[in-house]
Amino acid sequence: MASTRDLAVPLPTTVATMPTHQMVAFAVMVVAAAAAPFFVYPVFLMKALCFALFACAFNLLIGYAGLLSFGHAAYLGVAGYASAHAAKVWGAPPEVSIVFGTALAGVVGLLIGLLAIRRQGIYFAMITLALAQMVFFYCLQSRFTGGEDGIQAVPRGMLFGVFDLRQTTTMYYVVLAIFLLGFLLIYRTIHSPFGQVLKAIRENEPRAISLGYKADQYKLIAFVLSATLSGLAGATKALVFQLASLTDVHWSMSGEVVLMTLLGGLGTVFGPVVGALVVTGLENYLAQLGAWVGVVQGAIFVVCVLTFRRGIIGELGRLLRRPL
Amino acid sequence: MSLLRVLVVAAIVAVSALPAHAQISDNVIKIGVLNDQSSLYADLAGQGSVVAARMAVEDFGADKKGMKVEIVSADHQNKPDVGSSITRQWIDVDKVDVIVDVPNSGVALAVNQIVRDKGKAFLVSGAATADLTGKACSPNTIHWTYDTWALANGTGNAIVKTGGDTWFFLTADYAFGHALERDTEAVVTKAGGKVIGKVRHPLNTQDFSSFLLQAQASKAKIIGLANAGGDTTNAIKQAAEFGIVRGGQNLAGLLVFITDVHALGLDKAQGLILTETFYWDSNDRTRAFAKRFAERNRQIYPTMVHAGVYSSVLHYLKAVEALKSDDGTRVIAKMKEMPTDDPLFGKGSIRVDGRKIHPAYLFEVKKPSESKGTWDYYKLRSTIPADQAFRPLDQGDCPLVKK
Amino acid sequence: MTAIPIQALMGQLLIGLINGAFYAMLSLGLAVIFGLLNIINFTHGAQYMLGAFVAYFALQWAGLGYWWALLLAPVLVGLFGIVLERTMLKPLYQLDHLYGLLLTFGVALIVQGLFRNAFGSSGLPYAMPAALTGGYNLGFMFLPTYRAWVIVFSLVVCLSTWYVIERTRLGSYLRAATENPGLVQAFGINVPRMITLTYGFGVALAALAGVLAAPIYQVNPLMGADLIIVVFAVVVIGGMGSIIGSIVTGFALGVVEGLTKVFYPEASNTVIFVIMALVLLVRPAGLFGQER
Repeated sequence: MASTRDLAVPLPTTVATMPTHQMVAFAVMVVAAAAAPFFVYPVFLMKALCFALFACAFNLLIGYAGLLSFGHAAYLGVAGYASAHAAKVWGAPPEVSIVFGTALAGVVGLLIGLLAIRRQGIYFAMITLALAQMVFFYCLQSRFTGGEDGIQAVPRGMLFGVFDLRQTTTMYYVVLAIFLLGFLLIYRTIHSPFGQVLKAIRENEPRAISLGYKADQYKLIAFVLSATLSGLAGATKALVFQLASLTDVHWSMSGEVVLMTLLGGLGTVFGPVVGALVVTGLENYLAQLGAWVGVVQGAIFVVCVLTFRRGIIGELGRLLRRPL
Repeated sequence: MSLLRVLVVAAIVAVSALPAHAQISDNVIKIGVLNDQSSLYADLAGQGSVVAARMAVEDFGADKKGMKVEIVSADHQNKPDVGSSITRQWIDVDKVDVIVDVPNSGVALAVNQIVRDKGKAFLVSGAATADLTGKACSPNTIHWTYDTWALANGTGNAIVKTGGDTWFFLTADYAFGHALERDTEAVVTKAGGKVIGKVRHPLNTQDFSSFLLQAQASKAKIIGLANAGGDTTNAIKQAAEFGIVRGGQNLAGLLVFITDVHALGLDKAQGLILTETFYWDSNDRTRAFAKRFAERNRQIYPTMVHAGVYSSVLHYLKAVEALKSDDGTRVIAKMKEMPTDDPLFGKGSIRVDGRKIHPAYLFEVKKPSESKGTWDYYKLRSTIPADQAFRPLDQGDCPLVKK
Repeated sequence: MTAIPIQALMGQLLIGLINGAFYAMLSLGLAVIFGLLNIINFTHGAQYMLGAFVAYFALQWAGLGYWWALLLAPVLVGLFGIVLERTMLKPLYQLDHLYGLLLTFGVALIVQGLFRNAFGSSGLPYAMPAALTGGYNLGFMFLPTYRAWVIVFSLVVCLSTWYVIERTRLGSYLRAATENPGLVQAFGINVPRMITLTYGFGVALAALAGVLAAPIYQVNPLMGADLIIVVFAVVVIGGMGSIIGSIVTGFALGVVEGLTKVFYPEASNTVIFVIMALVLLVRPAGLFGQER
């Protein structure tokens, strides 16, 4: 996509060799997140963190592989249902539920990816949308998911048998840890030789193929990785809210994650986090007004596409002349 | 006056041995009206429920009694996660003491759990599932107005007795629809009828033609609509299009509100048989209420859900006043102790499983020629006395009921 | 559900054709816009809804009935489409096509949200036109006149559109303009204006489908929201550039969905997507499409 072509190619790095400005941004993020629950309603923060992870995973696909998936809600939702089912019906401890949910999302991602990778650009987007809609209808009618009611009263349990997740503060820091894990994993992926090949494929696929890279395989791996991490976000979210419902597999959720990433900045490292925070906050603020949420989201889409394509962090990065 | 209050409060604090708050938390009674304000159920509850709650607070005379009462409202959009999010935030952050209304059984069940965990109060007027006083019963919840059992019993029984003994169900595919279908099927079978077919449709279905065709093919005498809101009105509208009633089959609206009849118009809805627990034109007191309500609610007359919100909030405030506390669990217990009396439902009582008891009424929708004006839609066919209107106490599997 | 008498089956087939007519008309508009302009018009569902609402307003405020609405709605909503294209879509043509998708998605959210605020979601009644009430007893089912009209009208519209695009000079200019706009412009044809008018035409088709829907489905702000995804699937199956592909696939899919409702109703929502997945495995370009 046009905006990401402006960014310099990210060189392979590790966390230790992160460029200074990104290190600073990362530190700010961690400190702010660690202190936040004392100032802001922790359940809201946990929601924002889960969505931030979701948006980062989505950004991996669109920002770095150049593939717009319009059906990412499928992975968020399926992982949520799986995790909720494991925790409630099988009585599994939270770490098992989350891993199970994440893994299932990866499998679904693989299946959908295999079908969708065959096409590109807009076709790809429409196919992911349609297949995700299939997942939605399956979840709507399946007995396991509880249909319109969802899976309710999901127990949070004891993490590793030690941490009581019913305590909001404990739960918060666990969620924060999961988010940071996912974030760093994505960072590492982007700034690795794999990430470089992905960028090359995005820039000029025929050339990358002529150099011997199996483009479809790389794209598929990126797709599955993105789906799996989205699943991690969904599985965690189910335990936070103790509820898995159809909202998480509905196409409007797919649209929301696109919005978060677009607003924050496609192809930036911190953009999705900021975008998720803003969109979640906006929804919370507008929740009393019901249908206005949709209008505001639509307006943000339109404004961003027409005049603000780099997103918040993208513009910030341009001002500072350093990629964020 | 204030010195007296101080003395009274001091006396209560001194006398009360309970460490828990023997006073109104934060000195404000905060009522949260949670329902669907933009979708399927916006007309039968929606903003009208907020109006009803306000009227109850005013009629109770909270100001004169020196009780501070605040009302907040939100739209749960028929989504359990939105509903439970709002409930959590209301209780944790906004210090809401009681949640009222909540149509949509899925959301109600979610809220039921949260309110129970946090020890607040929940007065359900809009939701239908009889599980709220059955498997999911809770010491923090009272189920007002109606439930699937009462509707099934009223409509189902009456129709089978008048010859409608073969049934085909058109069911909304979620908790409420399944519950309604299950309860009505039980009533129909017990009364000697037979269910010869069923089909499930997704919530918010636009096109019923395929399902109606299947209902037609079954040749059942009665097509039971186990759904609500727009689904019911759509199905009735399209049934008229396909000549179902003309072909000799009859529609049974298992959950129809006066706002649905209003939306359909009498020419499409005439002859429909339904059960409700409140009708604005029943007596002078209800008529007076309806007029006041309509003035504040864009000329939409009160449905039984609105009436239930009014009645439950009124009784709640009476209990809080008597108890001098808004601690959820204790207020609910007090509400069960006190007999109820209000201009809309008359005298009634609340059972130990949280079920509010009052009579139910079987109505038939008037023909256009029989109606004297807008909202004059029902004629009374029979009254089901309070002790027969709801599921017997011992049949609900409610753990609160001692065997 | 096991022994279905032949009459019931024929009835369901007919119902399926009727639903297919809607799919065909909607996917036709989408295919025209995508096939000729390479724009994914996510606003299509909202424009369908706008068509139905124009019909409703025309009746409520101006007393203009159904037949007027059939003319008025496509024109008014088509104009809205033209304005949209000129102001917001045009700047995006040089960019990746995905931005067009995101923009139209955003516009759809705005339009649907505004209408939901104003009119709620439970729907507004629209009376069936007097001339089309009643029906025919076909023996195996009672066919409402209006539903028969839907099939006939859709077929006429779809086939005329196909004819104009594939068989007339105007259509050939259009097809040429999408392959090589510069060359066609050099011949003196105003390409940007053609593009704008074509978009407007596709939108008008959506609005026309909306008017058709108003008497039988509830006129409500979200009537297009879930439908649009099914229509996308239809266009993908038919072949993204192919006009005839969308028409045929639309009707066929309606029938398949109808049959599924009889034999396996639980799957009736997903069967279209299953078919799409299968088609993609075997013929990625769609049944009638060409590799672009």
